[in-house]
Amino acid sequence: MKYEEIIQRRVARELHPGTLVNLGIGLPTGVSQFILPEDGILFQSENGIVGMGARPPEGMEYSELTDAGGSFVTAVPGAATVDSTVSFGLIRGGHLDATVLGGLEVDEAGHLANWMVPGRMVPGMGGAMDLVTGARRVIVAMQHTAKGRPKIVPTCTLPLTSTRRVTLIVTDFAVIEPTDEGLVLRERAPDISVEDILNVTTARLIVPDHVPEMDLRAGAAAH
Amino acid sequence: MKHAISPAAAAALIPDGAILMIGGFMGVGSPHRLIDAIVAADKRGLTVIANDTAMPGVGIGKLIAARCVSRVIASHIGLNPETQKCMMAGEIKVELVPQGTLAERIRAAGFGLGGVLTKTGLGTVAAEGQRIIDIDGDPWLYAPPLTADFALLACERADYNGNLSYQLTATNFNPVMAMAGAIVICEPREILPVGAVPPDAVNTPGVLVDHLIERASR
Repeated sequence: MKYEEIIQRRVARELHPGTLVNLGIGLPTGVSQFILPEDGILFQSENGIVGMGARPPEGMEYSELTDAGGSFVTAVPGAATVDSTVSFGLIRGGHLDATVLGGLEVDEAGHLANWMVPGRMVPGMGGAMDLVTGARRVIVAMQHTAKGRPKIVPTCTLPLTSTRRVTLIVTDFAVIEPTDEGLVLRERAPDISVEDILNVTTARLIVPDHVPEMDLRAGAAAH
Repeated sequence: MKHAISPAAAAALIPDGAILMIGGFMGVGSPHRLIDAIVAADKRGLTVIANDTAMPGVGIGKLIAARCVSRVIASHIGLNPETQKCMMAGEIKVELVPQGTLAERIRAAGFGLGGVLTKTGLGTVAAEGQRIIDIDGDPWLYAPPLTADFALLACERADYNGNLSYQLTATNFNPVMAMAGAIVICEPREILPVGAVPPDAVNTPGVLVDHLIERASR
């Protein structure tokens, strides 16, 4: 299984049926392919749609139905479109059950840095700061390392997206939960040992006696 | 009743150095023909307040490429390398604002409010140089109103009273900017007779709109 699929399948298990969820552009977008229709999850995009569907077939795109990256999407039956103030009212006001975002770094305090690399990459925070501040749950979906360099670190060196502690970190190696005591290793990816995870993590990890393998069946888990 | 004017006539209303709010999200819901006319009129020193600067060759991206803009207030410039290049070279001053805060700053201006208090950006570089206001021991980031000389909008349908109706994700920042611009110019796809846009379908009442752009010839 490719690393993206491991992350996307595991994040899908984390979503709650019948809730509103925002998926970030890139790897998080692909989580939607592992959600089942019966999960009843509505995807929100910050450009102003509640109930965003997959990209339409070639030739059936519509120029005024797009996602936050400007790509063509569809609207699921029962979808609604809203303006930017309502879109961010949904996000900031706590009406979004979960946001799934990529990450550049996450640290022992559960702080996320995902929007800039000073002097090199300054794209702007877009909606990321509002999403991490306002969503009920924040799930970071990212590769465990960047070209071999650990991304789960003692303290973020890059500018933070928010000082809020994220809810869960899902990588191609592990599921890690930030807690009051620190980062707890909850699960490991198939064919990955606890040792493997510790070798690519510079942050201190709390390792319980039993670290089960990830459940990668498609669909949201009932909670 | 409002007479629709040409994109060039609308562009002629805008002086060099004007502060413009421009609707749209990655070019979706932007007034494209009006932007082309501003580029053709070779305007200089404009401030653009918008969600993003789109992509090279698209929407606001054309204003960036034509060097019409000296200052940008936006939430995201990542998909337009030209904006980033101009920012690094010091040719364009860029102020990055979280997207929800940008929308609320515009709303505050248009709704007669003294600004908004938000948790977004607290403790991050977005709060640097900003005021933190303590409310009963709880810190909030103060975001001041954002006004503009012009709001340049796009919509799906208008009538000749200036009532505007938007479509799908082309809505985005257009309705809130309609409240905040001193002079509001909208480029509809279609302009219908007064009465043909049902009152319930009007998202922006015509009283806010100063000029309509005539529809594209076909």
